[in-house]
Amino acid sequence: MKAMNRRKFLKGSLLGGAAASVIGKSKNADAAATFGGYPEAMGVLVDLTRCVGCRSCEAACNKEQGLPAPAQPFDDLSVLDHKRRTSEGAYTVVNRYEIPGQDHPLFRKIQCNHCNEPACLTSCFVKAYTKTPEGAVIYDPTVCVGCRTCMVACPFYVPAYSYSSVLNPVIKKCIFCYDTRLKFGRPPACVEACPREVLTFGKRQDLIKIGNQRIKNYPDLYEDHIYGENEVGGTSWMYLSSAPFEQVGFDTDLGTQPILSYVKEFLTVVPMVLTIWPALFAGFHLLATRKDVQKKEEKTEKS
Amino acid sequence: MERMKTLIASGKTPVARHYGPDKNKLTIKDKLLLGLSLSDYLAQAFRNPVNWIFAVIFAFGGYVTVTRFLFGLGYVTHSSYDYPWGLFLGFGLFTMVPLSASGFMLGTTVEVFGRHDFKPIERLALLNGLLGYLFAVIFLQVDLGQPWRLIYPMFVSLGPAAVLFLVAWHVATYLSVQVAELVPAFAEWAGMPKLKIFIKSIILGLTIAGIILSTLHQGALGALFTYAPGKVHPLWFSAPFQWFHYFCSSIFAGLCMLIVVSTICKKTMSWRCDSNFLDNLDRLTLGLAKGATLALITYLVIKIIAIAHDGDWGYLASGWGQWYMLEMGAGVILPMILFTISIRNNLAGLARFAALIAVLGIALNRLNTALFTFNWKLYQEIPHWREVMICIFVYSLYIVTYRFILYRLPILYTWKKDEEAVG
Repeated sequence: MKAMNRRKFLKGSLLGGAAASVIGKSKNADAAATFGGYPEAMGVLVDLTRCVGCRSCEAACNKEQGLPAPAQPFDDLSVLDHKRRTSEGAYTVVNRYEIPGQDHPLFRKIQCNHCNEPACLTSCFVKAYTKTPEGAVIYDPTVCVGCRTCMVACPFYVPAYSYSSVLNPVIKKCIFCYDTRLKFGRPPACVEACPREVLTFGKRQDLIKIGNQRIKNYPDLYEDHIYGENEVGGTSWMYLSSAPFEQVGFDTDLGTQPILSYVKEFLTVVPMVLTIWPALFAGFHLLATRKDVQKKEEKTEKS
Repeated sequence: MERMKTLIASGKTPVARHYGPDKNKLTIKDKLLLGLSLSDYLAQAFRNPVNWIFAVIFAFGGYVTVTRFLFGLGYVTHSSYDYPWGLFLGFGLFTMVPLSASGFMLGTTVEVFGRHDFKPIERLALLNGLLGYLFAVIFLQVDLGQPWRLIYPMFVSLGPAAVLFLVAWHVATYLSVQVAELVPAFAEWAGMPKLKIFIKSIILGLTIAGIILSTLHQGALGALFTYAPGKVHPLWFSAPFQWFHYFCSSIFAGLCMLIVVSTICKKTMSWRCDSNFLDNLDRLTLGLAKGATLALITYLVIKIIAIAHDGDWGYLASGWGQWYMLEMGAGVILPMILFTISIRNNLAGLARFAALIAVLGIALNRLNTALFTFNWKLYQEIPHWREVMICIFVYSLYIVTYRFILYRLPILYTWKKDEEAVG
């Protein structure tokens, strides 16, 4: 009986181990892939030195995405008096920043930056997010459970949630006009609407060259940095600025590692625990109960 | 429950066997009513003032909870885009789950390490684990935007590389493991001996499965915050250590919660406890305190190592640093010292007090990570009153369910064998 139990037990742990190693492998493969971004990915270079804060991009986005009419019309520039973030009704917003030592303010357009290795995508447990080869980070609302981990994970505070919806609350964020434009090779609505050529649409790799060229041509005007070239693994939307980036509301402490790299430390533990724990604790059990077993054996010998 | 004591004094005995005092076989209905008539049962329930407090909470909190499902999350929370997780997860998931680690801790102690001297409190630990997880899932269901899609990560659209995927699968699997571990108690009560024999034959496998699943999902709850390296304050965040901080603290959290719950049982339902539980409780409390102290000192050390590793010493001088040191001082070091004194001097009462402090300390730690220090560079979010009310409602539901089961199943007492009863 005892031997039988042991055999059963061994069988069980072998099965467990095999299953664990399969799971472990797939996890590792997912976690270890360092992905520099699709080579043909498109992007947008935002030149803050050219923006006058007219909010044309906001209006174009609103129309293209069929969003509800805003409380204040888009030509009302008083909304710039306070800082805004993206919301379920606005996938892009423009904020104004007074720069110390400069006589005019800078305006910064905020929208999804479409990361090369998006934190929202890697944190999603139903694979609702996809990074398309064209560079867009799109979202499938039909599988979303509403855990909102993507909102926690996004280092740029971009995804919003339609909390007011009872039956179908979903994530609301810029999708690079993927369905209506990017898929067909056309620039997003905001880029087309910009009257000041603040937004340059093109291949991400070309945009980095253009950005560097502008910095080289006008070193006194630009900060010597393209925000988004390397931040959190690189983003499809990138920025040029004439003021230090932290003065224009950018988080300059994000580092160059994709968010996933912080999570990998745990993900590597998973297969180890799955494979080592069963044998380890079964061993503990055999050691801890060896006296009981001996006693039982002595008893049976006596009888 | 004073009323129950009076009933016992008047000759009633609490159900602990399949046969009543006049040797008739008890039906499930008799057992559900604790061997009382329906009118007696309702009378004692009505006279209990605690039930009146619950009635008020259920009437009002139940109403608010219904409005969450009628009018959406936006009606009961501040609909924050910056703080997507509020009290439902900060308290309901991140605090309830470590406090429910007792199940796997005592399962390991008794079944794996063969410490059968902890048997009198094993079932309470298992029940504390099961109910804690069950209600963590209920809290999650309140918080999810589309709770009816809960099974999507299991069967519809799988994202296996996400930490939450692991949490979902492990909590689901572990819930079934814990149900199985408690089946023997139910089988004794309902009179299904074969069921109990079956579970006994696989208990070691179940327990080891419980250890694996617990290690990983307790750690995974911490790892969830590694998705937000810039948002959680550096003192509460450490990419390499986060999962271990959460796992290690769940050990003493579960043990201390068990001490607290067993104390409440002893004080409020001693009629339901038998001598096997009551006479052993002081000794067991100090035994649990020993385990908790070891986990506390380990936790303290790795917390300090994490600060050293990440180079966060400078933050200690800030306001957040003082808040951190308060959490560590009051929530970790103080209970550690009190436990040590209580173990040395055989003071179970002091150990109970220390356990309560450690439980509150864990709650503070989880809320600090998920809410208070989250977005430390932005603004502070104060939860909506309806959110608080729903938390009180669900937690009350948890307490009442807990009490309902403790009154009936052989958790705090040993089920008497049929022969003894008949003979």
